[in-house]
Formats: sequence, structure tokens, C-alpha cells
Amino acid sequence: MDVVAEIDRERITALLREGKRIDGRGFDEIRPITINQGLISKAEGSSEAWLGQSRVLAGVKIQVGTPFPDTPDEGVVITSAELSPIASPVFELGPPKEEAIELARVVDRGIRHSSSINRTSLCIKSGEHVYMVLVDLYVLADHGNLIDTASLAAITALMNTQVPKVNITEEGTAEILEETFPFKMSAPPLTITFAKIDDTLIMDPSLEEEQVMDGRLSIAIDGDDTISSMQKQGSVPFTYQEVIESVERASKIVKKMRKQLPQR
Amino acid sequence: MSGKNTEVEQPLIDAKGLRTDGRKLDELRPIRLEVGNLSRADGSAYIEHGRNKIVAAVYGPRELHPRHLAQSDQALLRVNYRMATFSVSDRKRPAPSRREHEISMVLRQALEPMLFLKMYPRAAIDVFIQVLEADGGSRCASATVAALALADAGIPMRGLVAGCASGKIDGKIAMDMNDIEDKIGEADVPVVMCPERGEITLLQMDGKLTQKELAKILQMSEDGIHRIHEMQKAVLLEKYAQIRKEIGEVPEEEAEVLAAQKPEIEKDEAEKPKATKKRTKPVKAEKKEDETKPAKKEKKTKKKTESESS
Repeated sequence: MDVVAEIDRERITALLREGKRIDGRGFDEIRPITINQGLISKAEGSSEAWLGQSRVLAGVKIQVGTPFPDTPDEGVVITSAELSPIASPVFELGPPKEEAIELARVVDRGIRHSSSINRTSLCIKSGEHVYMVLVDLYVLADHGNLIDTASLAAITALMNTQVPKVNITEEGTAEILEETFPFKMSAPPLTITFAKIDDTLIMDPSLEEEQVMDGRLSIAIDGDDTISSMQKQGSVPFTYQEVIESVERASKIVKKMRKQLPQR
Repeated sequence: MSGKNTEVEQPLIDAKGLRTDGRKLDELRPIRLEVGNLSRADGSAYIEHGRNKIVAAVYGPRELHPRHLAQSDQALLRVNYRMATFSVSDRKRPAPSRREHEISMVLRQALEPMLFLKMYPRAAIDVFIQVLEADGGSRCASATVAALALADAGIPMRGLVAGCASGKIDGKIAMDMNDIEDKIGEADVPVVMCPERGEITLLQMDGKLTQKELAKILQMSEDGIHRIHEMQKAVLLEKYAQIRKEIGEVPEEEAEVLAAQKPEIEKDEAEKPKATKKRTKPVKAEKKEDETKPAKKEKKTKKKTESESS
């Protein structure tokens, strides 16, 4: 973690008491979103998402595999993430650490438990062949709130995905065809993260705010306005009231965000 | 997932003497370069070479961790080449492969002779190369982009290296092989060179070649590398012309002229990265200097005219 001067924390908290943020945003104002889809032609789907200067590239690869025994009729969607050193001087090489694993899992759960992906539609032959959709996230620049940036990248990459058709041969093996169809997805889950600094909850924390925050709460709001995943991070407690209010605030912003996403 | 079904019988050169992507035998794939594209790195660059898409980030010279690796007489250069899982047709497993380890090593050795490591004892210079999409010759394109990122980080260098993999397809010698040519061609020779110094810093080969063919391939690659080298210098100059324009050091029109003429300006100018070094990081500091010390400013203008006339 970067060393943050006590003076930075004081400046940020003093501003928050006046109802201001260090970069001039409102408490419920997220940084501008930019989405570039289809950059990687060898991936079945790809998208680069920018949230302010934070930047994550997501690529989707599709394989044919066997389903899990308890869900023989469902395809598999797995998200993983790498905090590559190109994204920040404090990221190091080596197997994914706590932070990268948390990032991947939070994004994964947001998508996995959302009703926007009908996993039975990813079944090719019950109990034998299903589509395995592998979403890999590469962080290119960390300027704070990687969870929301990565979740945007993952979702817009899935929206960009073309699934190859599969033929089951007489011997029962799966043969991948040239022909494709678009990945089916209804209104996707969107993740909103709050940083808790003293007793204030601010949306979409920047790197500076993340460095001084006490805790964090990420909420994924699904297409039907239900909640599809949550994650509290940091060793500071949240009150019941704070949680309920955050969900309410997130839901409002997510409605606005949906209009900014590319349509398919 | 393998999208393409390449038949081995498919000719790599057609009746008109053109290759599968429509190129002539001595033609490079289209190349696009950017510098300073990664906001958190000390230096960074991006290359599109054919369908290769590669980013490189440089940090340092910085404190070396773990400290027991520190060398008392020089800096440690660490180079890490990694491919994204979706950069190839069949998903690559996320853990580093033997291939990635080997390429990291040969790239480190390709860059090392360009650096003045003795200037920074006990420190580390880290180069991270991430292949986002691979298309044949990715190690050569990685060398090209890593050299640019090092220059962008303001690290003094003896020269810029660039890479080009030529080889033999359908019995003929061809420059800058693409994916299919690399896979089903007869020989592949990745070369990284510093053209200003005539030094080969990376050389690998697999396939079958006569001595004459090898000589021809090396000459062809050198020719390609010269062309790539001009593009490297151009993109660095463009960035610094832009910075000087932003800080008001060069009037707008002049900056445009500079940017437009760049390849000719520099043809015989050696040790370019040294000059770029001064202009990299301390944009703010320079601004202050300019306000307080007019003498320094004069020096810089002199330099600018020098480079124009050469």
C-alpha cells in the first residue's frame, strides 16, 4: 500500500465535512464512463472500460466443457482477474494475491447470481457438453475503484461476445463450428462501490479516497432492480441504516448508468 | 477456441507473389506506436504490429525488492513478458508458461546492452510486457515496445532496439512473418537489433536454412528494423514536441512543423534517447526553471535548432 501522509487524510475528511470531495464531485457522482468494445479479435468478446482514469480490459474466451454434476443443464461463467504490475507501481508479479482474488470474486458473483444470463441457454447437451464462458480481467491503470471498473469491463465484454455454434458428432464429441450467435444477456448487473471515510459514504472512490478510507461496500444491482451481490471490505463496521441507504443510493445511480452503456 | 481452419496445403505466396495478407515479400505489416499510454507507469508504450497488440510498462530505477537480489555495482534489470489468456486462439492458461519465462529472459538480454546499469547500483529497473493479442513475431514487437517504454521512462540508453522476424515461406525469403507464416513456413528467425550501432541483441532461429538464406534473412530483417526504428524515433519526438508545445516552449506552428518532419530530422542522429531523457518527467520543474532562469531556456532553444539542422 502507498504511504499516505496524515495531512492527505485530514484534507479529505475536512472537505467531506463541508460536503465536498477532493476532485469536486458530489457524494453520489461517479466518474465518466468510457467503453471500447471488440478490441481483441482473437477473443470471442472484449471490452475496455474506463471509469475516470481507472482502466480495465476484459476478454472472453469460450470453451466446451462438462457441466458440474449438480447443474447438468447449465453452462459455466467464470471470471478471473490479474492485478498486473503495469497498472500500478505497487502491484507485484506472482500468483494472484488477496486483492486480485477479491476483485475477481466480487465481479464474478455479481454476474453469476444475476438473472441477466440464462445459464440453461449455455447447455449444449445435458450432462455432457456445456459452454464454459471465461472472462479474464486485466487491470491497465489503477486510479481507484477497480471493482466497478472491472465489472463494467466484464459486462460490456459479455455483451460484445459471439458464441461459436457447436455440432455434436455421432461419437458424441463436440465439434466447434465457424458460425456464431450473439451471447444472450438481458439488462446486466451493475456494481456501485461506496467508500466509508469517518461516517461519510461516498460513491466511486478515487485512488486518493481509497487510500484513506476506513471501509468499502460494493453492491451489484441487477436489471430488475434486485441486488445480486454485495461485499463489505475493511475492518470498520457499517450500521444497518448505512447499508439500507447505500443500496437505495446505488439503485438510483444504476438507473442512470444503464443509459450510458452500449446497446446491442 | 480455434476460429480458423488453416489447411497446410494452402499456399503462403500466390501467383502474383503476394502473401496471405496481401503483402510483398519485403514488406512490413502495418505498425502503430504510442508512448506514455499507461497512466501509472514511469514509462510506457503500446504497439500494434500487424495484429499484435502489446503494452509495456517501465518502473525505475527504483528500490529493489527483495533486497538480497541487489547488486552492489549495478542495477538489476527485470523483464517480464506475459500473454493475456485471450491473446491467442486457444485460451492460454493464466499461470506463466515455459515459453513466457524463456522470452522474458531473451528480451532482458536484448535490452540490457542498451542500458547504463552501472549508473544505478543496488536499484531495480522493471519492464513489464503484456501481450493483449498475439500474431506472430510477438517477441520482436515486444522488444520494440519495451525499448520505447524505457526511453519514455527517461532512462538513459545507448540506443533504441527494435525487432523483426523474417523467415522462409514456400521456398522464398520473407520479411516480418505473420501468424500463419510462422506456423507453417519453413523457417523463422526473430532478430532484435540496435540499428544505430549495428548490434544484434536477440537472435533465435528455428526451421531449416542454408547459409546464404540466413544471410539474406538477416539483411532483410535489418532493413525492416531500420524502418521500425524511424517510427520509434518519430513517436518519441512527437510526444516531446507536444509537451514542449503544452508548456509553451515551442510556438504551436513550429511544433507542428517539427512533428511533421520528424523522420528526416533525425536520420543520422545517434544517442537520441539521451536527449529525450531530459524532456521526459519533470515537465513541471522545467516550467519553473524557464520562469526563473532565462539562461537555461536559451540552451534548450539552441539544442532545438541543432536537431533541426542535422
